[in-house]
Amino acid sequence: MSPEEVKHHIKTYIIVFVALMFLTVVTVAISYLDIGVVPGIALGLFVASIKASLVACYFMHLIDERTTIYWTLIATAISFLILIFLPIGAMLAQARVY
Amino acid sequence: MSDNHHHQSFWTKYIWSTDHKVIGIQYAITSLLWLLIGFGLMAIMRYQLAYPGTPVPFIGNFLGEGGILPAEMYNSLGAMHGTIMIFLGVVPLAFGAFGNYFVPLQIGAVDMAFPKLNAASYWTYFLGSVIMVTGFFVPGGAANSGWTSYPPLATTATMGQTVWLWGMVMLITSSLLGSVNILVTVIQLRAEGMTWMKLPIFVWTQFITAFLLLLAFPPLEAAAVLQLMDRIIDTSFFMPTGLVVSGEVLPNAGGGSPLLWQHLFWFLAHPEVYVLILPAFGIVTEVIANNTRKPIKGYKSLVYAMIFLGFMSFIVWAHHMYLTGMGTTIGAFFQTTTMIISIPSVVILTALLLSLWGGSIRFNTPMLFALGFLPMFGIGGLTGLPLGLAAADIYLHDTYYVIGHFHYVVAPGTIFALFAGIYYWFPKITGKRTNETLGKLHFFTSFVCMNGVFMPMFITGLAGVSRRLWDGGESYAHAAGVFQLNEFMSIFAWLLGVSQLFFIANMIISLRSKKTGEINPWNATTVDWTDTSSPPLGHGNFETVPTIYRGPYEYSVPGAKSDYLPQSNKG
Amino acid sequence: MEIPFNVKERPDTGLYNGKLGVWFFLASEVMLFGGLFSAYIFLRNGVEYWPHGTDYLDVPLATLNTLFLISSSVTMVMSWASLKLNDFKKFKLYCGVTLLFALAFLVVKYFEYSAKFAHDPPYLPSTNNFLGIYFTMTGLHVLHILGGMLVIGYYFGPGSKMWNTEPERFTNRIEIVGLYWHFVDLVWIFLFPVLYLL
Repeated sequence: MSPEEVKHHIKTYIIVFVALMFLTVVTVAISYLDIGVVPGIALGLFVASIKASLVACYFMHLIDERTTIYWTLIATAISFLILIFLPIGAMLAQARVY
Repeated sequence: MSDNHHHQSFWTKYIWSTDHKVIGIQYAITSLLWLLIGFGLMAIMRYQLAYPGTPVPFIGNFLGEGGILPAEMYNSLGAMHGTIMIFLGVVPLAFGAFGNYFVPLQIGAVDMAFPKLNAASYWTYFLGSVIMVTGFFVPGGAANSGWTSYPPLATTATMGQTVWLWGMVMLITSSLLGSVNILVTVIQLRAEGMTWMKLPIFVWTQFITAFLLLLAFPPLEAAAVLQLMDRIIDTSFFMPTGLVVSGEVLPNAGGGSPLLWQHLFWFLAHPEVYVLILPAFGIVTEVIANNTRKPIKGYKSLVYAMIFLGFMSFIVWAHHMYLTGMGTTIGAFFQTTTMIISIPSVVILTALLLSLWGGSIRFNTPMLFALGFLPMFGIGGLTGLPLGLAAADIYLHDTYYVIGHFHYVVAPGTIFALFAGIYYWFPKITGKRTNETLGKLHFFTSFVCMNGVFMPMFITGLAGVSRRLWDGGESYAHAAGVFQLNEFMSIFAWLLGVSQLFFIANMIISLRSKKTGEINPWNATTVDWTDTSSPPLGHGNFETVPTIYRGPYEYSVPGAKSDYLPQSNKG
Repeated sequence: MEIPFNVKERPDTGLYNGKLGVWFFLASEVMLFGGLFSAYIFLRNGVEYWPHGTDYLDVPLATLNTLFLISSSVTMVMSWASLKLNDFKKFKLYCGVTLLFALAFLVVKYFEYSAKFAHDPPYLPSTNNFLGIYFTMTGLHVLHILGGMLVIGYYFGPGSKMWNTEPERFTNRIEIVGLYWHFVDLVWIFLFPVLYLL
């Protein structure tokens, strides 16, 4: 990586930093909106996901990474989604015998 | 390449070594000892099952009042037998020992990617295993809530359960370090020319196993932390509201769910089944290809089947939970996935069976164990199908049928494959040959005894005998017809123990014998045999790191000068 | 004996061993916290009433902590970029600031925890499952912060000698530590709304 590229990167880091600060304030602000529990959770997680993607893409350089790492993360993401959604799915579909 | 010339003390060379081969052997010796101990626990239990309420001979005085095995201790032995066999025995042997020793050798690497991490992984395992058994010496004895540790039983159990959880956290950490190491080694350190489709099947199985360990184990670590919180600082993650124990309502705040533990536990424990079986597939494939002197049928379908198997193993776990009042929709989902996951297993088994067709088979000891593996794993797999269907499982759940099923998969299945691996690679590790007569005696006696132990379990299980009865079903009317089988099974279990003496004797005699000087006694094709001496060099493995030109199983290639072409053979 | 691709990248994967290793480690960390998040969802949906974060927790303090962690993440990545620009002094500066931000996070967390314990009646993990999962998840996260500080502290202090002998290897190590540190930040980015706001 040439010094020019690094300097360019540093500019990106500063922009991302400002964006993260701003989005943190947004996250807190929307928690005061009275839009009901489910939309509130959805919106809150949506903003958190944007922040997380910013960190992952720019600070962790995922925007420009190698195929091997992408494959690893795809496998991880799939098993993560299974872990999150299948147990709760199973619980919500629990037979109600009472 | 090699640092052999430096003088190293015994401690740096054999104890604190970072050489993957030494660590592999450390894993092998430790895990074989644990297998023996785990077997010993079961031998005591089998006495109680065969002759309930009679004093156990020889060791009775250590067990309890009048030499009779107390019911609480019976539960401890059961839980610890399962834990030791799976987490301290089979997985470390299959993945820690074989993976460590042969993955770098087979891909032409000088060592694992992170040698120090590798040593750390072994010592964490060692520490975890020691912690695990200190449970026997705390008040109330070792963990006694089964190897599955279901709450609320486990949450309210004696102190041994806390020890079990700490041991488990250590073992999970160890397997994490080990799996990261294997994954990076396979991806980064393959020799030049060793493309993915030239990898020996053994390496593929270890690679997929590492992925399963990496992704499936951490949720259990999370669950173990939650259960520790429940036990130590009285949280209620797994404790429902208003739970009554011994006539008193527990003071916990409640609101938790025992089912949560089951989900997190089986999220690990089902992939764990494939952690147990995949390395076995790998070893059997190597041995069969070598001893039929012909290529494996369907190399690519084997690889894809194994990858598919690994993926599917993440979405079948709730078939262990049909009795938890699971809704029909989600039950249908898990029944479907369970039926689908049997397909790749069948593909693998069929490919291995077809590989035998038309081969001029050498019936040496490793091959006998590999051949024994095929039908035994077949029985284990096929008897699992009824358990995957909710309607049948509601009847069979928690009976001896289940015990018979998974022991067929793991005992005459995986453990036979591991024996095959030990006999097959013994000349590589030591430069010496094992004794064929003792080896064959070991195989035939083990084969008969294994079936003698586990086949009757299907019968008692179908009669409805529960797996957790201290008296073996003596006091239950529905077990009366099959109770006599307990004695039959116990005798075969003890004989199985005796027949392992052939193995131990064989190891001792062979280790004391002279080196044969053969580098490649089986005329194998993979670079672990062809490009390094037996035993391999110290650090560095290869005089010159091989370049790979051929697939892993080029046996009996038409027109070739010899009946095998090493992977590193350019010609 | 030298392990290949320890420092230089392997041509076909474009990675050096440590970087791939740390990504695998992070994958398992995702599953570890995934297990806890799954438990959180499961527990929350399993009961009639689940408290709102603000019933027990201090949002302004947590917001401050979020800002601390984000800042420490950016100084971490800047310290790596300084090494890439061959500026060791700046590296030291940014690395030190990262440690300070991490320390500030821990101090705030300490006040948060002790306020819970000092409350009348005390808010303990055993009080209810909301507080239980709050203490478990943030506690595990704090352990990750401590671990990260230990490693960053090492490379800030005695470990930084490596810069003189093997600068490329040292830069790689800082990159790896950074990856871990950003991950810890990333976990907090989700913990903050999930526990405090939703």
